[in-house]
Amino acid sequence: MALAIFVLVLLIGYELLHGSRLSLHQFGWRFLITRDWDVLNEKLGALTFIYGTLVTSAIALLIAVPISVGTAIYLTEVAPLRLRQPLVMFVELLAAIPSVVLGLWGLFVLVPFMRDHVDPSLEKLLGFLPLFKGPIYGIGFLSAGVILAIMIVPIITSVSREILRSVPGLQREAAYALGATRWEVTRIAVLSYAKKGLFGAVILGLGRALGETMAATMVIGNIPNISASLFAPGYTMASVLANEFTEAVSGLYLSALFEVGLALLGVTLVVNAFAQLLLKTFAGPTIKPQH
Amino acid sequence: MTAPNHRWRQFKNGLMQTVMLVCAVLAILPLVLVFYYLVDKGFSSLNWAFFTKLPAGPGETGGGMANAIVGTFVLLMLAPLVGVPVGVLGGVFLSEYGGRRLNWWIRFSADILNGVPSIVWGVVVYGLLVVALPAPFRGTVQSVDVAKHLVTVQSRTGARREFAVDAETRLNLNGKIPLASLRPGTGVLIWYHNHQATRVADSISAPGLWSSVVAAIIQWHNAISGFSALAGGLALGLMMIPLVMRTTEEVLQLVPHGYREAALALGIAQWRTTVQIVMRTALKGIVTGILLALARVAGETAPLLFTALGNRLWAHLTQPTAAIPLQVYIYAISPYDDWHRQAWAGALVLLLLVLVINIGVRFLTRDRLRGKV
Repeated sequence: MALAIFVLVLLIGYELLHGSRLSLHQFGWRFLITRDWDVLNEKLGALTFIYGTLVTSAIALLIAVPISVGTAIYLTEVAPLRLRQPLVMFVELLAAIPSVVLGLWGLFVLVPFMRDHVDPSLEKLLGFLPLFKGPIYGIGFLSAGVILAIMIVPIITSVSREILRSVPGLQREAAYALGATRWEVTRIAVLSYAKKGLFGAVILGLGRALGETMAATMVIGNIPNISASLFAPGYTMASVLANEFTEAVSGLYLSALFEVGLALLGVTLVVNAFAQLLLKTFAGPTIKPQH
Repeated sequence: MTAPNHRWRQFKNGLMQTVMLVCAVLAILPLVLVFYYLVDKGFSSLNWAFFTKLPAGPGETGGGMANAIVGTFVLLMLAPLVGVPVGVLGGVFLSEYGGRRLNWWIRFSADILNGVPSIVWGVVVYGLLVVALPAPFRGTVQSVDVAKHLVTVQSRTGARREFAVDAETRLNLNGKIPLASLRPGTGVLIWYHNHQATRVADSISAPGLWSSVVAAIIQWHNAISGFSALAGGLALGLMMIPLVMRTTEEVLQLVPHGYREAALALGIAQWRTTVQIVMRTALKGIVTGILLALARVAGETAPLLFTALGNRLWAHLTQPTAAIPLQVYIYAISPYDDWHRQAWAGALVLLLLVLVINIGVRFLTRDRLRGKV
């Protein structure tokens, strides 16, 4: 039964390759760097979706990494003991919120808030950068990035917390004995020791952000678009699948969507494998599996 | 003596600790906000009709999500049928049997499968259980219409079928042969899909046992394929496998090694030790892992989009089926205010369902397995 895991891996690979064979045959590798998504004329390329996925994930990481690592440090090094367990539970509850619920909240609460408050102030402050220029819709790369950040904070936090907890206590005591303040202990004795593991936690979060579907789909706008402005609507690999898969009538169109799925799977597999290797070499099997 | 930079270090210490506190507050803030809005907007829409009525038409007010609520429960019954046996037995294998290297690879693969985007599972099951397979049809060619690309074939039982064969369709396994070369009276094996031939083989052997088994399997598959609760349940079930496998292994590892040794020393066979001693001791933990995996897949929408598909009516297992997350998604992106209202209510119900399982499980196992699962 355990070997079923390998069967599953093969099954996923086979299904996606089999489904995308028409498209692979027709477009080849140029599919990944073609910008057009012209369904009527069957000129299809995934570049806009890859761009959207990468940009939103990058925004998500920029926001989520400092917050999650900070929270993990707070939970293991700073917080009063009585507060730790409830706080950990809150983080776990955040992880349990279904993504469609977060997407609903994003669409009706976050998007208007971004449109009326965050985006205009960003434009006023940083409008000289092309990133924060252009018409503001609320929906778009930035809002999707924020939603993704909310979604990956729990996983980065809980893995980071595990990592920090696995740092030997002696390590800390030695630093305290030298007269270090609590922050200095954290920086010198804990963080430098746990660097590699924390990096693994971040990469794991990246893998989650790349493949997250519903919440991003609901706030990104779903328009194939490559633009410097983060206020502009876009499209991700996962959301094009969610939106167009059941509408695909022609064989080639459907096959192209399968190939988008294949590309998405490829990216997430590589990222996840990298993260798992980092985590496993950091602490061996003591790190519990993450869901 | 105080070091000259003592106050600066103290200040930096305080500053950084405050920064960490702010991070923690920022991390928790979305949880509070989401809860607030869900209760604020969703609670007022929860009423008797929501739980007992079918959805109203587009733009109409009223109606409920009765079919979606039942649909979600049906999916949550189907998913463990796939996820639990494979997951639990796999976890037992990882913990009790197998070699180190093999188990490393299994663990590694399971952890990576956990990271596979849920929408990809939807795509896989779409290919597996939603699309009908090409079915075989044996018989002798009656007539060939080269202009219209049509071939009429009569089977041995006398059934007559007309198949469209386009220029791309391969005749024989060896390569493309013009349709005109297919003569009436030739025995052929045609693989077809909706009257469209996908492959035509004209040099065939008599049907053997193997080919009739294949034909039976394909016929059975095509009878249940299509958007359905079965497909949705399979997608969720496949997602459960790596989750359940890893948590089962975790809890079995918590069973003290002495138990196994004691049982083996008494001459009990290893499989009985595993089932009656190890699994029994860890039963609560295994069930916990299963329930947590269920809570995780209960809220999933992406794998259902092109497997269960959604439905406005009640459905059988082989028909497109509604589920709460699907309904929330469809309502949320609709232009109607009343549907938005119901989306909030559905989201609240969904979140409560997930949280009840989560918190309940944690409460049940708070003493023994805290922090382990």
